[in-house]
Amino acid sequence: MKQKLLLLLAILGFSVLSGCSTMGVNAWEKDLLAKPEMALDEQPLTDALDDHIYFSKEASSGGRAYAGGGCGCN
Amino acid sequence: MKKNLLLKSALATATLTLITGTAQAEEGQEQTTPASKEQAIGDWKFDAAFLFYSESDSRVSAIEPVFNANKRLDEEEYLNLKLTVDSLTGASPSGAVASDQPLTFTRPSGNASYTVNANQYPLDDTFKDTRVALATSWTFPVSDMTKAGLGANISKEYDYLSASINGNISYDFNNRNSTLFAGLSYAFDSIDPVGGAPIAFGRMQPVGDPQNKLSGSQDKDTLDLLVGITQVIDRESLFQFNYSYSMSDGYHNDPYKVLSVLDDQGNYFDDGIPVANVLFENRPDERTKHGLFGRYKRYIDGDILDVSYRYMTDDWEIDSHTVDLKYRFAFDNGDYLQPHVRYYTQTQADFYQPYLRQDQPLPQFASSDYRLAEYDAITLGLEYGWKSSGGNQWRMALELYNQTPTEPEKYGVLQQQTLLPDWNAVMLRVNYSF
Repeated sequence: MKQKLLLLLAILGFSVLSGCSTMGVNAWEKDLLAKPEMALDEQPLTDALDDHIYFSKEASSGGRAYAGGGCGCN
Repeated sequence: MKKNLLLKSALATATLTLITGTAQAEEGQEQTTPASKEQAIGDWKFDAAFLFYSESDSRVSAIEPVFNANKRLDEEEYLNLKLTVDSLTGASPSGAVASDQPLTFTRPSGNASYTVNANQYPLDDTFKDTRVALATSWTFPVSDMTKAGLGANISKEYDYLSASINGNISYDFNNRNSTLFAGLSYAFDSIDPVGGAPIAFGRMQPVGDPQNKLSGSQDKDTLDLLVGITQVIDRESLFQFNYSYSMSDGYHNDPYKVLSVLDDQGNYFDDGIPVANVLFENRPDERTKHGLFGRYKRYIDGDILDVSYRYMTDDWEIDSHTVDLKYRFAFDNGDYLQPHVRYYTQTQADFYQPYLRQDQPLPQFASSDYRLAEYDAITLGLEYGWKSSGGNQWRMALELYNQTPTEPEKYGVLQQQTLLPDWNAVMLRVNYSF
């Protein structure tokens, strides 16, 4: 299982990195991506509240951003 | 406007007092700080959120206010401080199965007991706690293309203390169209359960008798690692891909969860002790998790599509899939409406057991915690966002959560009972940024 996962990771990592060099835009074309609502961490408080709820009620947690502090709720 | 400035300055002073007055470590939980584009160097920016959470059947309800202060120290340098208070009340499933007879349980303190009526799902109604968490993070540039962050966190509730530190680094390349990210976090948790930590598979004892509990606190260490890449695809879209690894070592039991011991008919096995025949759970003292996460975000004529998928697997044999979809409809006046759908499914832990049988040998590990069972969950939500006349952002969201477990195998009289009932929760959230 672990080996399969590592292999999958290696393949994904390689394709992502090799694919990345052909993608992208010029600096002056980033007007839309630069909008606050397009940021990946646009709502950190909401994300933290959601993560906390799901951490307390589900067996899997994290993965999106790196984990915050623990609590006794799980 | 003037009032707003005065408020900001008062809050800035209060926040600084908080930092200088707090010698303990704190922690940041998001990888970056919530900096708005208009935030000038030296300016503070504040975000507040309030969450009301309530589960069906008088289970847990919570109110959770959060206050976040962010100061832009320099061009690309930010200090972030966050205070979270989490106040919980209600009842939580004890892990015992329902019976056609009333059941008496000893409370965790060992000083009192409570009775669950016949054919009722056993909930422990002593659930009451307040958690206070402080988090801080500092983000700063290392070079033109490299940024780093350091953070600390402390979270304290009546029977639990969690402290952690973290660091991360990100590197922009490919004309700043690609960003590589790596983060590391170490957490130390200490639990001091009410009445002491139960001895693994210890039998619950009646009030007044010696309880099968240990004195002193129990510890857990957790190491989290996350590496990821963010990539601009075109003028309107980008994606993110992460791999996460988590390893924890130490006390993983829930000290308040028990397993019923049943006879060959599915009744509670009568061993003559006048409280329900239940044993405290026993989980492995290690857990290793791997996660893959992908996210795609696209700007569509002012609207925004935000979709993500997460796969997680661990050595407790829990595999989970999560799909999250948000679509933000923008209105001409700047308001927006954002529907949200989230689907989650998990397999059960290899040591999950809804009950134990007297006529079968005790397994090495067992827990009947419903969160380790197999189930699906759906969240449906709607968020509305608008700006006040002063230009401050408001958001209000209502979300509904439903968890549908797979009913475990049953036999004898147990077939009349529901071992894992469906349950729902309502969440109401308000955010204000100023």
